[in-house]
Order: sequence, then C-alpha cells, then structure tokens
Amino acid sequence: MAADPLQVAPVDAVRHTATPSLRRRFSQALATRPILSMVLSRLALGAVTIILIAIIVYVATTVLPGDAATAILGHSATPERVAKLRAELGLDKPLLTRFWHWATNALSLNFGNSLGEAAPATSVGTVASNSVTSLASERIENSAVLVLVSAVISTVLGLLMGVYAAYRRDGFFDTVGSVFSLVASALPEFVVAIFCVLLFSTSVFHWFPAISVLEPGVSILSQPEKLVLPVLALVIVVTPYMFRMTRGAMIEALDSDYVEFARLKGASTARVALRHALPNALAPIIQVVGLNLLFLAGGIVLVETIFTYPGLGLMLVSAINGRNVTEIQYIVILLAVFYVLLNIVSDVCVLIVTPRRRYPR
Amino acid sequence: MNGPAGAGPAERPVVEVRDLSVRMIATKTPIVSGVSFDVAERQTMGLVGESGSGKSTVAVALLGFARRGLEICGGSVRVGDVDVLQLSGDKLRDARGRLVSYVPQDPAAGLNPAHRIGGQLREAFSVHENLDKRELEDQLAELMRAVNLPSTKQFLRSYPHQLSGGQQQRVVIAIAFACRPRLIVLDEPTTGLDVTTQRYILEKINEMAADYGASAVYVSHDLPAVAQVASKTAVMYAGRIVEVASTAKLFGEPRHPYSAGLLKAAPSADETNRLVGIEGRPPRPGHWPSGCSYAPRCPRAQDDCRAEEPLLGPIEGDSLVRCLHPIPLESGAGLALTAAPRPEPLEGTAVQVSELIAGYGSKEILHDVAFGVPRGECTAIVGESGSGKTTLARCLVGLHSNWKGQITLNGQPLRKGAREREHEQLRRMQYIFQNPFGSLNPTMTVIENVEEPLRHFERLSPRDRRRKALDILDTVHLGKDFADILPSSISGGERQRVAVARALVVEPEVLVCDEITSALDVSVQALLIEQLRDLQLQRSLTMVFITHNLAVVRSIAQNAIVLQTGAIVEAGPTERVLDDPQHPYTRQLLEDLPRMEPSGQAAAVG
Repeated sequence: MAADPLQVAPVDAVRHTATPSLRRRFSQALATRPILSMVLSRLALGAVTIILIAIIVYVATTVLPGDAATAILGHSATPERVAKLRAELGLDKPLLTRFWHWATNALSLNFGNSLGEAAPATSVGTVASNSVTSLASERIENSAVLVLVSAVISTVLGLLMGVYAAYRRDGFFDTVGSVFSLVASALPEFVVAIFCVLLFSTSVFHWFPAISVLEPGVSILSQPEKLVLPVLALVIVVTPYMFRMTRGAMIEALDSDYVEFARLKGASTARVALRHALPNALAPIIQVVGLNLLFLAGGIVLVETIFTYPGLGLMLVSAINGRNVTEIQYIVILLAVFYVLLNIVSDVCVLIVTPRRRYPR
Repeated sequence: MNGPAGAGPAERPVVEVRDLSVRMIATKTPIVSGVSFDVAERQTMGLVGESGSGKSTVAVALLGFARRGLEICGGSVRVGDVDVLQLSGDKLRDARGRLVSYVPQDPAAGLNPAHRIGGQLREAFSVHENLDKRELEDQLAELMRAVNLPSTKQFLRSYPHQLSGGQQQRVVIAIAFACRPRLIVLDEPTTGLDVTTQRYILEKINEMAADYGASAVYVSHDLPAVAQVASKTAVMYAGRIVEVASTAKLFGEPRHPYSAGLLKAAPSADETNRLVGIEGRPPRPGHWPSGCSYAPRCPRAQDDCRAEEPLLGPIEGDSLVRCLHPIPLESGAGLALTAAPRPEPLEGTAVQVSELIAGYGSKEILHDVAFGVPRGECTAIVGESGSGKTTLARCLVGLHSNWKGQITLNGQPLRKGAREREHEQLRRMQYIFQNPFGSLNPTMTVIENVEEPLRHFERLSPRDRRRKALDILDTVHLGKDFADILPSSISGGERQRVAVARALVVEPEVLVCDEITSALDVSVQALLIEQLRDLQLQRSLTMVFITHNLAVVRSIAQNAIVLQTGAIVEAGPTERVLDDPQHPYTRQLLEDLPRMEPSGQAAAVG
C-alpha cells in the first residue's frame, strides 16, 4: 500500500543538483532577511486590503439614497437639471465603468472634486482648490497634530506608570492606578470629552475653550490652547490600555527566570528592570502602542465632532451628513492606508525587538 | 552541630548555614525550617529532595534571595567571614555573583532572550567591578577557555536561542564562575540535558570548582548525578534536612527511612529489580504534621514519631540524622531489593514496523526504521532528545501521519492517521502522553476523563460506564475518592495514573507510553513503573515504552531499541543490549550514565 520509499531519493537528488532557479534564490534571500520578507508580504496583503476597502466604500457610497447630482443641486432642483448634471458627471454610466474611472484616478491621487456647497454648479473641475485632496490637506495636518500629541503623551505616561506599577506590584500606586485605569477604560470617549468640557471649560473652571473652531489657513499650532481639551480627552481614553498592557508585560518579564538570574548575578534593581525586563516586555508594548494609534485614528471622529475640531474626523462626519461622496471616499481610503502602514510599522518594530524571531537558529 | 564531613578538625568550614528558615509573607507558613549544614573549602555538597521539599528555596536563600511571596525569616548563611543574610542594599547585591553565585535550573530560561550572550557574560564582571575594556576581554577569553566555548566575536554575538542546551549551560556556568566566588549554588543544573552533555557538565563543574577554589552546593532530585559530583549529601524532606552524611555513606547505608526510600525507588541501570516507591505524598506547606513529617509515609514509624518532632542529631562519625528510629547499621534492611519477575513469553509479534520514514514538512526525522514488538513484552525505545523517539511513537498511534512505510498491528496494516484507522484498531492500541498536566481535560472530573474513551469505543449505559471506570481506577490504586474531583487537585503521579487508567479502560492489547515518568519524582516513578509491571503481568499487555532513561529501560523492558538521530543503531533483549552493547553509541550512553555509586573523583575531592 505504501509507496516505495526509494523513489523519494532520486527526485530529491535532482532537485539539489539543478542550478537554483530565480524563484528559489529569491525565496532563500528572503529567508535570511526576515524583516524584508515580512515588509514585502505585509505590503502585498495591505494592497489587497486597500483594494477591498476601495470596492466596499465605492459601492456603499453609490447605494446611498440620492447621488452627487442631487447633493449638488439640492432637493428643489428640476429633474431635467439633475439628469443634465448626471450626464456631465458621468453618473449615467454603469457602476463598473465608474469604479474603474475613479480607481485609476485615485492611483494618481486624484480623488475628484468635493461636492460641497462651494462647488460651482455646472463647470465641475475648473476650480483647482476644490479638489478633495487639497481641501483635506489642512484637515490632515490638524488631525495628525491631534493624534501625534495624544499618542506621545499617552505612550510616555502609560509606559512610565506601567513600568512603575509592575515594579512595585501590589503597592499603593499599582492598586490605585489599576482601579483608575479600569474605570477610565470603561468610559466611552464622548463621555470623557463632555466631562472634560464641563470640568475645564464651562461649569467648574474656565481655563480652555469648549470648542476648537479654527479659521481656514490658520495652523492649530499657533493656537495650542484649542488643542488641550481634545488631547486631554483622547489621552484619558487611551492611557489606561497602555498602562495595563505595559504593567502586564513587565510583570511577566519580571517574574521570569532570566530576571531572577540577573538579580542573583548581582545586577542592580534599576538594571534588572530596565535592561533585563523591559526589552522583553517591549514586543507586547509596541503592539498595544500600534493598536492605540489605530484607535486614535478612529477616536478622532467622535472627539473632533464634540469639540468641532477642524480635522479629518469632523470632515468625514460633515461629508456623510452632506452626502459628499468624493470626500467620504478619499477620507476612508486615507484612513485605510494609515491603518495598513501603521500595522506594518508596528510588526516590524516587534520583529526588531525579538531576536528569537529575527535570527533563526 | 559538629564540623562537616571531610574537613579537618582545625579547619573552619567556608560555608556555615545555621537555622535557615523561609516562610510565606502573607500567612507566615514555614516553607523551610531550621536548615543547617557546613561546606568545606573546595567541597561539593549535594542537596537532594523531591519536588516541594524546599531545596530550591534553600538554594536561592543562600544568596539572600527569596522568591515572590516568600521571606527569609531567620538563620545565618556565613560564607568566608560574611553572613550573607546580614547584608542589604548594595552590599548584598555585590555579594551575589562575587561571594556566592548561582547556576539556574534551566539555562534556556535563565539567559535573557533579548541580549547577546557576550553582553550577558560581560555583565557578570561589569556589575561588580570597573574593568577597562582590555582587561574585561582578557578575563572573558580566559573564562570561555575554561568552559570550552569559543570566545570568537561571532559566538559572543549570538543570542541564547542560537546555542545548544549544553552550550547554554556552559555559558551560565561561566557567568557563575566569572568573579571567582567562594560558593557556587547549582540548582538542578543538568535537568533536561542528554546524558553525554550531563556528564560533561558535571565533570566541568567539578573541575572548575577545583580550579577556582570554590565550594559548591549542588541541588538536585537526580540521585545518580549527586553521587557523581558531591562528596557530602544532605537530604531534604518537607522543608527540613533529614539526613547529612558523606555521599558514600548516604548512598551505601542510608540511616533515615526517607533516604533509603529514595534510593530504593531509583531504578538501576545494572539490575532489574522491583522498585519500591513511597506511597502517599509529601505534606504541603501549612499542613506539616506534628511530630516527624515523614511519619505518615514511613514504614518504620512508631507512636513516638507522631508525638514529637525529632532533631537533626549526630549518629556515627560525621553523619547527622533526624529520626527517632534510624535504620540500624549493617541490618541489610536498608536497600534490599528483589529481582523483578519476567512476563510469560507469548507467541508472535503485536506490532511490526518496516521501512518507516517520517518527518515534518520536507525534514526527515526517521530514516528507514524497522522493528517488531513481541506480544506480551515491554519494548523500550531509547534515545536522546532529537532522536525521533516521540515521532516514532506518534506514528504508531496515528497522531503523526506524515510517514511512509508499513506499520502492522496483529498482522493488519495500519493506515497513516488515527482518523483513517478502524475503530477496533484504535481500541487495541492506546497511548499515554508524557505530560500528565496537559493530557487530562481540566474541566472534566477524573472519572469523566476515564469514561471518555468508553463513549467512543463501547455502547454502555451511563451506569455501566461508571462502574467500569471505577473498576479501572481501583486497578491503578486510585479509589472512589478520586473519582469525582478535578485533575487540578491531584498530584502529578496521581494524574499519570489516571492517564494509565484512561488508556486501560478500553482493554487495549498494546500500550504506547511516551516518556510517561519523566515529569515525576523518583518515588512516584517507582510506583508507576511497578504498577505497569503488574498490569503487564496480569493482562499480558504489550508495551512500547519510549524513554531517554537507560535505568528505566533496565527496570521495565524486556527488549530495547536504541535510536540515534532517527535510525536504529542497536536492538535486542535488554540484557544483551545493556550488558554487551555492540554499537559505540550505546556504549557511550551507558558509559556517560551517572551511577549511584559515588565516583572516585568526587570522593577524592572531599
């Protein structure tokens, strides 16, 4: 019943003596460079992800009631005018053709023009500054500042508090910190944001503006007081996760045999914590930092809306309200690309701090 | 307490441990109580005990360290002129590694996976003294020569996971010897190593202790390994030392019934004896009985043993024993064993393997393996880690299906995977896993675990099924009391008996046992081996016994197959293979196997 085992050998021998094919050499090159091979495979996967998202977003925006023509002209427009604009916009063509047209343009970063009120009703495409990419560029900057500032503050806070709490496990700080972090992570961000407004702006203290409206063309960095409450809200929401993950990862590392051995070697407590335990806790910490940045990118939608902070999140909300299809498409694709890239970066960082995976036996 | 064995009367021992006690912080439950011993200059003392005896706690306490939740609550550890337990802060930190150093149990876990080994070796110097770069590298090179490792840049730049187990252990030993400490504490340093590596490491430790002028405390549950390195041995039970004597005396004429029990439980590589295990289990911390803590399991216990706790007192020469009724000298009662009975030979071959080639992916693990398993006998498959013995066992029972060749059971060829095999074939061959902690379903009670195979193989009413399962639990000496509790509340040995019961409940003809005693203490291993021997005799069971331990092979198997890197190098009746090995590999294994008789070298050191 079983195949003749001798048959295996010649086949293998042939394979080994033949000159290695290009494909084989390529795969060997990748096997010795785990980071490169991971980046390549993740990029490929990421491209697939973005294509899928593009399809879903495009289809979803087309099945919304009404379309670009009605959005531009408003409900009072006559059917003739709507039909005319439809033809002008190419909305009467089949879905596949329209998608193809949109996708190929998107590849050259042309996401079309905004359908917002400022758009001239007939000669679509004549005003350069009305393209969604240029409309969004300021918003991107504002949101990036918001996300980055919140991320840096919450990462530093979470890491420091997590390491300290793990180091003094079951101590006062650890107990109090754990309770507070549990409470804070149970609160949704809009509750936190409203609480921040009540406390620091309207009811108790009057330190910071309750809303963060900006004149177009003015950088948020020139008015940092408008940044404070949105950042505070995001930091309060995100830091507890950072704190708890760091604490958990550090506790696991501190309980390990190599930490005990380092202690018994005579290493100082600071050295044991920072040089022996922390590097081994980094991988899970990096993962949670990555996850939190992703969470922040989603969290800005709510927080920006509450503070009317002129960022991407607010732009997305008003685009959805106004059925501004091109803006929705652009922002969602932008967020998807951000997700994919951030995932790759955090996976590469994890690989870098894990020698066991970086250097095969 | 008198002077230690082996040291001259005028000489003060280098290490003096007095009344060392460790307890749990929260409950004040004692874990280690009043441990005292001396170690002379350049002497190696063995500290023997089974799991839970507190030996590891003593090991780290010698460095003034207590694991999480524990605290050292009394006593002194004098090394040279310093009492380690009186030190604190930076002085204690500096004493660790410089005055007393430590070799952890598992070097793979003890070395930091995030750092290159060069950095970890240099750290052993740099946390204690400020050497300039040149001096540091010189000392490092010298140290690496001493442990026979290369001090090339490439080697020092490798990460722990890139080294073999033996190399990792030598790195850890090098770290321990780096600052030339007075005392080295070795916590089961050879657990998990192959015998050849183990022998090398044991010799290296002896050699380095002599060269560097260090005394050593060698903590282990492995009696033969202790016999090989230590000139003096202390036996621990339930947090106390119960006997201290020169290794020769302790292994030749143990006076404490527990020491004798351990020795009678340990299988010998030279004789096939009935092993005598120790029934019951050691008392857990917080449940130490009043009186002698060994009394509940002791065959010599009398009423007064339960009334008062005996003191560790002197008995002939330098020996100390904590027993009211020690085994009298030259009584012969101490270590007498009876030869084990052989099963009646049966006709034919139960399992026949031919041209078996198996592997994972494209990697071939077993290369053209062929053997037969005689019916009614136990056939041991011996090999070191990586020899493919577990893969072989898994092919037999169909848990590994990536193989070519033929396996027959009672002459019928078996299909590759267990799913493709016939019901009846599956029933006839049962498998027992190595790790009893993982192989029982933790959410099912003991009896439910045992009943499980019956659901698959037999149509029985729930009542009959339970009756049958209870019967088989009786057979493995676990009564009704065990039936309705969860596996998490019983000991490792008891779990493994449950696993045996689960395999036997469907009345198989062939039992495949994969390293089933390797996670157990010797006293428990002995019980399990004897139980399997009885079952084999009563039920004419055919057994395939996978193990790395040649002494276990000698105890239970009638046939032995030696496996090296996926190929059979020698096979035959156990007596022939072990008494007159033909293949150099078998000879090497036997030569490297530590024997219970203390080696001349160790005796000479003391």
